[in-house]
Amino acid sequence: MPSNDPAEDELYQERILDHYEDPYHRGHAPHATHAHEDDNPLCGDVIHIDLEIDPAGKVKEAFFEGDGCCISQAAASMLIERFDGRTVDEIKQFTAEDMLSLFGAKLTPNRQKCCLLSWRVLQSAIYSPVGGAEGDAAKGKTCR
Amino acid sequence: MPVKLDPDTIRGDFPILSAVLHGTKPLVYLDNAATTQRPRQVIQALVDVYEKQYANVHRGIHWLSDQSTDLYEEAREKARAFVNARQREEILFTYGTTEGINLVARSWGDANIGAGDEIVLTEMEHHSNLVPWQQLKERTGAVLKHIPITDDGLLRLDLLPSLLTERTKLVAVVAVSNVLGTINPVKEIVRQAHSAGAVALVDAAQSAPHQPIDVQDLDADFLAFSGHKLLGPSGVGILYGRHELLDAMPPFLGGGSMIRRVKLDSFEPADLPAKFEAGTPPIVPAIGLGAAFDYLNHLGLDAIHEHERILTVRAHEVLSAVGGVRFLGPTPEKKGGIVSFTMEGVHAHDIAQLLDRQGIAIRAGHHCTMPLHKRLGISASARASFYFYNTLAEVDLLGEALEGAKRLFRRK
Repeated sequence: MPSNDPAEDELYQERILDHYEDPYHRGHAPHATHAHEDDNPLCGDVIHIDLEIDPAGKVKEAFFEGDGCCISQAAASMLIERFDGRTVDEIKQFTAEDMLSLFGAKLTPNRQKCCLLSWRVLQSAIYSPVGGAEGDAAKGKTCR
Repeated sequence: MPVKLDPDTIRGDFPILSAVLHGTKPLVYLDNAATTQRPRQVIQALVDVYEKQYANVHRGIHWLSDQSTDLYEEAREKARAFVNARQREEILFTYGTTEGINLVARSWGDANIGAGDEIVLTEMEHHSNLVPWQQLKERTGAVLKHIPITDDGLLRLDLLPSLLTERTKLVAVVAVSNVLGTINPVKEIVRQAHSAGAVALVDAAQSAPHQPIDVQDLDADFLAFSGHKLLGPSGVGILYGRHELLDAMPPFLGGGSMIRRVKLDSFEPADLPAKFEAGTPPIVPAIGLGAAFDYLNHLGLDAIHEHERILTVRAHEVLSAVGGVRFLGPTPEKKGGIVSFTMEGVHAHDIAQLLDRQGIAIRAGHHCTMPLHKRLGISASARASFYFYNTLAEVDLLGEALEGAKRLFRRK
């Protein structure tokens, strides 16, 4: 895979490094109603997402916490920025393909897993109310 | 004194080492703990068998089968000499270290381990010397114990006596850690295991390629390694087993070759080593492995070890100069040619990806040692691992590429 390929050179471009070094809403939502956490055991990347969803299905606040490679963390920051203030329905309609295009840079199949981790966590988070059995389990983990 | 190796001459034997990646970057192959590359001599041995001498072994009453059988058994004799076993019957061809350890766990383990019996391992084992014993524990109710390590990756040998009891049946240890590079005092561990009445198994996957092995001197009962980590083809490995143990053990896989006689409802196993080589064995990989032993013997394992030590010392200097690097494992004089590290602010996968763009191949991840990484408090690390064909110039390129990675990530 030639790295002079412009797509490959995009991997560590400014926009991605900016999200990695200065992430959007890294931390925890103080009034989270939904939360989920998952990891890629093979590489150790881990992402936790907190959502505050109002009765109308609007995401009032979204935060993420995590640890891992530049791609996994930058992708989470982009995803949270994209859906903070949006609706649960919009999240449901957001496919893996959409996530890869949101990230932008072309990824090998191995690194696509890093990019899609936060997307998987977000898709589960909307079904994981805090205080429910699953929600408790998700909140119990600390991430880091 | 061992003869000094000249990697620039040796590299001519390895066609892949002249590869140019991404259009302009000469390959710098530093992933030798995962697998090594092959010299022409090994590649040619494979071609020769397929073109001139290939048939199934121990079967056909025809010339080709005799040729193949002779070559296959010659390779077994070369393996015997390589580890200095007493008899060729003590050398089993497996598909690799993993099968060798599983063979012992299934065959010797099931026959000799019961509920409450104890198996002593270490905190630095590769998954291949952990999971087979965890499976045995599930089958039998055995108890697993682990020799702890120090923060700089040395075994707490002082704690071994307290782990050995009258219930200890097996001590299974890695000779050289695939992450820390630590060279463990295997001979002493085997001695203590035997004093406690236990059997001793050595995982030599990372030591066999790099330093001389003498199973008689070590007094090991079992010793396993893989062919592909010492210039041989993938799909073949060696399990050494002490004759009286192998002889008493039940067969592992059942099928052709491993039998003397079969009736519809029973069988009699074959003699060693066929008893443990069911089905058509890895004939050509084994013959290629024989050629790899020849190549290594020609260079000399002592000279290989010495050259790798020089590279490792340089790697520690170069990486220290980069700054923000945490080394996993001990100082160079206590380890083989493996340099694992983390870098402040740059994840191991990003390091590996950025180095790849410079043509440098290293490994990133947990290297099949999740418990060890947990012990070290990290989820992933980067690993550069050397072989005799690597040069000091390549180590310097590694340092420069890491400087570049650091600059990219620490922009503020």
